Amino acid sequence: MSKPDVVLRAKKVRKEYGLTVALNDVDFDLVRGKVTTLFGENGAGKSTLMKILAGIERPTSGSLELDGTDISFTNSTHAKSHGISIIHQELSLAPNLTVRDNMFLGSEIRATGGRVNYAAENEKVREIMKRLQHNIGPDELVGDLRLGQQQIVEIARALASDARILIMDEPTSALSNVEIEILFTVIEDLKSHGVSIIYISHHLEEALHVADYIYVLRDSNMIATDEAKNVDLPGIVRMMIGREGVGSTATDQKTDQVVLEIRNLTIADPSNPARLAIDNFSLKVHAGEIVCLYGQMGAGRTELLETIAGRLDQVSGEILLNGRDISALNIGNRIKAGVALVPEDRQRDGLVQLLSVGHNISLSSVGDFVKRFIMRTTPEIISIEKKIQDVRVKTSSHKSLITSLSGGNQQKVVIGKVLLTSPKAIILDEPTRGIDVGAKAEIFQLLTEQAKHGLAVLFATSEISEAMSAANRIVVLSKGHISAEMDPKKVSQSDVMAAADEKTNKQRIGAGA
Amino acid sequence: MSNIVSKVKKNPFAGFTFSKLLTEGRAFIALAVIIVVFAYLSPNYLNLSNVIVMTRHVGLNALLAIGMLLVILTAGIDLSVGSTVGLSGVLAGFMLMQGIQIPGTQTVLYPSVWVIVVLCLLAGALVGLLNGILITRFKVAPFITTLGTLYVVRGTALLIAKGETFNDMTGKPELGNTGFSVLGLGKFLGLPTGVWVMIAVALLTAVLLTKTVFGRWLYALGGNERAAELSGVPIKRVKIWVYTLSGICAAATGLIIASELTAGAPQTGQSYELNAIAAVVIGGAALSGGRGHIRGTLLGAFVIGFLGDGLVIVGVSSFWQMVIQGAVIILAVALDEAQQVSKKKQKLAKAASDK
Repeated sequence: MSKPDVVLRAKKVRKEYGLTVALNDVDFDLVRGKVTTLFGENGAGKSTLMKILAGIERPTSGSLELDGTDISFTNSTHAKSHGISIIHQELSLAPNLTVRDNMFLGSEIRATGGRVNYAAENEKVREIMKRLQHNIGPDELVGDLRLGQQQIVEIARALASDARILIMDEPTSALSNVEIEILFTVIEDLKSHGVSIIYISHHLEEALHVADYIYVLRDSNMIATDEAKNVDLPGIVRMMIGREGVGSTATDQKTDQVVLEIRNLTIADPSNPARLAIDNFSLKVHAGEIVCLYGQMGAGRTELLETIAGRLDQVSGEILLNGRDISALNIGNRIKAGVALVPEDRQRDGLVQLLSVGHNISLSSVGDFVKRFIMRTTPEIISIEKKIQDVRVKTSSHKSLITSLSGGNQQKVVIGKVLLTSPKAIILDEPTRGIDVGAKAEIFQLLTEQAKHGLAVLFATSEISEAMSAANRIVVLSKGHISAEMDPKKVSQSDVMAAADEKTNKQRIGAGA
Repeated sequence: MSNIVSKVKKNPFAGFTFSKLLTEGRAFIALAVIIVVFAYLSPNYLNLSNVIVMTRHVGLNALLAIGMLLVILTAGIDLSVGSTVGLSGVLAGFMLMQGIQIPGTQTVLYPSVWVIVVLCLLAGALVGLLNGILITRFKVAPFITTLGTLYVVRGTALLIAKGETFNDMTGKPELGNTGFSVLGLGKFLGLPTGVWVMIAVALLTAVLLTKTVFGRWLYALGGNERAAELSGVPIKRVKIWVYTLSGICAAATGLIIASELTAGAPQTGQSYELNAIAAVVIGGAALSGGRGHIRGTLLGAFVIGFLGDGLVIVGVSSFWQMVIQGAVIILAVALDEAQQVSKKKQKLAKAASDK
């Protein structure tokens, strides 16, 4: 292997957030004019590494080298001035501004006297959009654009800064297949101009297809690196999850008793009411059963679960709990009836950061401890302590502040809160997002235990290894429809992934299968 | 893990430091400083009679501030309370002096004093209810909603009073509506009725906040509204109640003022909402919601009241009074920010040493 021309190098980069090690002495080389793909599960440290390379975060220890000389970025503007640009996973556009204003935000083209040269900016927007084969005008408001178009604007913004190093963190999550194809030709074009690209995507096949070099991160450690032509997809999956495709750990305790039944549920997309997020969805979850809802981002998982919990309204259909239609009830009454949600975004929707661990756990069931208008603290604390033991929260006391816990323990608190309401069915949206591997296993062990006691469990995930190992049944969701129902013991990971992929679905439908 | 722990700086005096005392007991220390300074400047400042007078003033602001605290705990704001003070006094004056004419007849009803009190409190509750409904059902921001009702309610008070003041609200024995002045001028165990009202309301609210489900919901809602909603907290109902209670507190304040003066003026209570907000904020509450307590709010009200009256007693010009009071508010909140930062650091250090 001839010595490649490395443009950006990370040497023994380490990042700690409080007590959590997000990156453990990681080495990373970016070759000039090539695409380097970074693989890794959620929470493996991909985004953290990218933030360090783009100057958004600074490493706890270790160093960066640009064109062979040591460099330390003070902030993202500093990195940008060296030609490093990042396209974020979460869109970071201002919806109230125009496409042009967003693209040149912070790096406006100046005319004499400090005024902005709008004409020059408009010209450049049109030129870049032409290159991206998109017909988005410079004066359009970003808030009026579809999500996919917004992602194009985000990419265009990076191109506008004449980056020589481009970091793409999930650039295709909201793009259609045609748009992805266009992006790939743009990437080829950029490569031929000597631009180096770091590419991250959950679509493993797509990420491998576009890559020249690959890196694999697992649990904050760099596991492997190679030229893309030397590896295949199963090999990468193996490296990412650290073991051979695992069999199901879920014991089969399913009963015939239907607890949660969804009949012909249709939900409008909350961000675009003209579109359906879920179209005519039906599902039965039995007591003791763990059902996994597997699907890609935008498949409608979150909308479905939030509708079952009562946050979103359905257009039509029924939600039955033990045969009783609960779709007219508000969130509080649904919790009382016996169905509760562990939300996807723990910080935003799951926890009250100002309250203690104990008060977070009892939040949904405080009403149970009231006697003549006054809350009785002794029974409350007894229940809280018991739940802390049940879900194995590591905390010095129930009085500790919730923010002092690690992500995994915070998630256990949210689950404890839900379990304290004695639910009949529990629904979880990406229950292991952003928590470490040990806690992930504990959480699924916990769910299996609860299922043994007759709880019906429905969880959504985009991580294939979780779907395969934790569920009794996998329901694959694609574009608001069920595209397949599978038994994880009888199918392979690639079968499930294929069923979730819009492209293969289209082909299958096209072939009349 | 040990190598990580060692990297977190430990404060050798983490248990008890002067800076901690200063920030923890901030409002308390401010009050102590104010008392010492003014006692030194004016021999009359600490006279029992003067302290009682000052406490009576404090009581009025404290009553408003308690209602305001509930609102601020939900990350809201209630700018309409000053106007409700005016409306409540005017309504009391109207019913006491002119009575209620039954529509279509010549009959005029003169309600007795306790009926008047109940009706005025009800009017305050209605203003609050209106605020609450606008905020929760029509999704108008609390600042805008209550800014609007500030004008509407003040205008209503002026309309009812036709711009005049109801004077000499003592009632007539032959109409059976005497005794209104007890609320403001009456005394029990040497303390004015208004102070007793403040004590009672403060105790009740403290129980409400710390011992009831409503209180827990209030803190959860202010801490993270989305999480509270998903946990089954009826956030709309809680908010409506909070504004209603604030309205009732404002109406009670209006009644006490009108009773003290035996007069109901439609202009009464202008800019009182700002004093109430200041008391809540000095008392350690966060305008972003979820943080604050009765003890702090009461102290905040005492700081403002004792400072204001002290400045009057030592003869500081009213212009300087405003400058000084404003500076005290800013200083208190700046200290509060410093306190939050140091608290976070301590928590982190503690979490690190626990592992």
